[in-house]
Amino acid sequence: MRDQILTFIEKNSRVDLGELAVLLGSDEVTVANEISRMEQEQVICGYHTMIDWDKTGAEKVTALIEVRVTPQRGQGFDSIAERIYNYPEVKSVYLISGAYDLMVILEGKTLREVSGFVSDKLSTLDSVLSTATHFILKKYKDHGTIFAKKNKDERMLVTL
Amino acid sequence: MRNPIADKVKDIQPSGIRKFFDIVSEMDDVVSLGVGEPDFDTPWHIRDEGIYSLEKGRTFYTSNSGLRELRVEICKYLKRRCHVEYNPDKETLITVGGSEAIDLAMRVMLNPGDEVLIPQPSFVSYLPCAVLADGVPKIIELKAENEFRLTKEELLEAITDKTKLLVLPFPNNPTGAVMRREDLEAIAEVIIEKDIFVLSDEIYSELTYDVEHVSIASLPGMKERTITMNGFSKAYAMTGWRLGYACGPQEIIHQMTKIHQFAIMCAPTNSQYAAVEALRNGDADVLEMRNAYNGRRRYLMHAFKEMGLPCFEPFGAFYVFPCIKEFGMTSEEFAEKLLAEERVAVVPGSAFGACGEGYLRISYAYSLEDLRIALERLRRFVKRLKAI
Repeated sequence: MRDQILTFIEKNSRVDLGELAVLLGSDEVTVANEISRMEQEQVICGYHTMIDWDKTGAEKVTALIEVRVTPQRGQGFDSIAERIYNYPEVKSVYLISGAYDLMVILEGKTLREVSGFVSDKLSTLDSVLSTATHFILKKYKDHGTIFAKKNKDERMLVTL
Repeated sequence: MRNPIADKVKDIQPSGIRKFFDIVSEMDDVVSLGVGEPDFDTPWHIRDEGIYSLEKGRTFYTSNSGLRELRVEICKYLKRRCHVEYNPDKETLITVGGSEAIDLAMRVMLNPGDEVLIPQPSFVSYLPCAVLADGVPKIIELKAENEFRLTKEELLEAITDKTKLLVLPFPNNPTGAVMRREDLEAIAEVIIEKDIFVLSDEIYSELTYDVEHVSIASLPGMKERTITMNGFSKAYAMTGWRLGYACGPQEIIHQMTKIHQFAIMCAPTNSQYAAVEALRNGDADVLEMRNAYNGRRRYLMHAFKEMGLPCFEPFGAFYVFPCIKEFGMTSEEFAEKLLAEERVAVVPGSAFGACGEGYLRISYAYSLEDLRIALERLRRFVKRLKAI
């Protein structure tokens, strides 16, 4: 039940609960209770909206920043990660295996703003050894959602 | 000039709802619930294998019976999913869609005058294929009170000295009916006792909901008298790849392969390579699609209940088959009126045999968004009719 609810609302969190209950062969109260339990247990941590900002007038720049850091005794990467994710302009922080340690996703209004953040705030942190900044040029697909125009149904209207 | 057309062919009736189809295809802004194929694209990893096979220049014929690699995978799959063991070299033939397997089986098994039992409502190919093979089609009219399953009594009543073959189309298009194990056991007894054969069309076998699909060939004594046909169209959303298969007794498959060799040569090579990938790594895709269909199935059943449209609960394929007898119209009249007034296309039940009269086939091979719009229009339409 949980898995089924999560699979569904991961793609569409705005689904009508009555309708979701019908789809899962359950009833609305059960589904609503299960969802609120998952919210309390922080299985569900929040609800977001997928926005294609390119289609709006808003100017936005997204950057992926690879960060190499020195882990700290007793705390590993957690405290430096926290230091970074507390900045509101930081969208995501992941600990990564491989050539660098943290992947930071940053959103800013302009290139200057992003590069300013990297040079003034990120690089100057004591445990940060180096950074490499990649700017995102175009988003094709995000969180499993394809931003391109939807394909038309090309099937014949009626087949036996 | 002499008449170029053979009598046998001329006498085959074209589908009665051709006219209706023509009207639909000329209309704009039609919301259709009339499609008999999945709305999903073929999963990407399967398409990718098809593309890769072309890149590698695998553009030649395969052996007549199909790629051995694929036949082996099919046999593994049937053992795993349907609990029947077939020999990939002697008991398996890969065909151009399931339709070719239907045609071949009839041509191989029927002598002039042999009777073929065809339960209806069902897919439209069985009857003409039987006629073209010089067989005599005998219709068994399935009943709503049996949820459109074939009963032992109906079968017994239809069998004569001339009966050779029974077509078993379950999970069923258009009704969505499935045969449970006990239903199959009951008819298997009759089939063995009367010494007839079965062509089991299991193209929708992966699309059963909350119930297990049972292959009749898996029942004791049935494998040697059953041709199991299946394919990739419905399970893996691969209709356009035109790939199916037949498994059965060696002597039948051998003869089917002979005709296939002369008429077709082999099924499309790149489709066969893609199908290998489907069988090896496609289980998760099938599960995901099945779950999606199941949700929509419940959604439709719920909507019909709210509309007050009587409908038995189907557990297979992707169709529901509501009854519209209360409105005093034929299925075709209902469908035409619905199309004209609300621009929703459904298929009249009568397209699948006379006993489908009074019913509609509604497909749920559509996204929820599309279903929502179509059902809203249907709801409005039914409400108007009920108010009269």
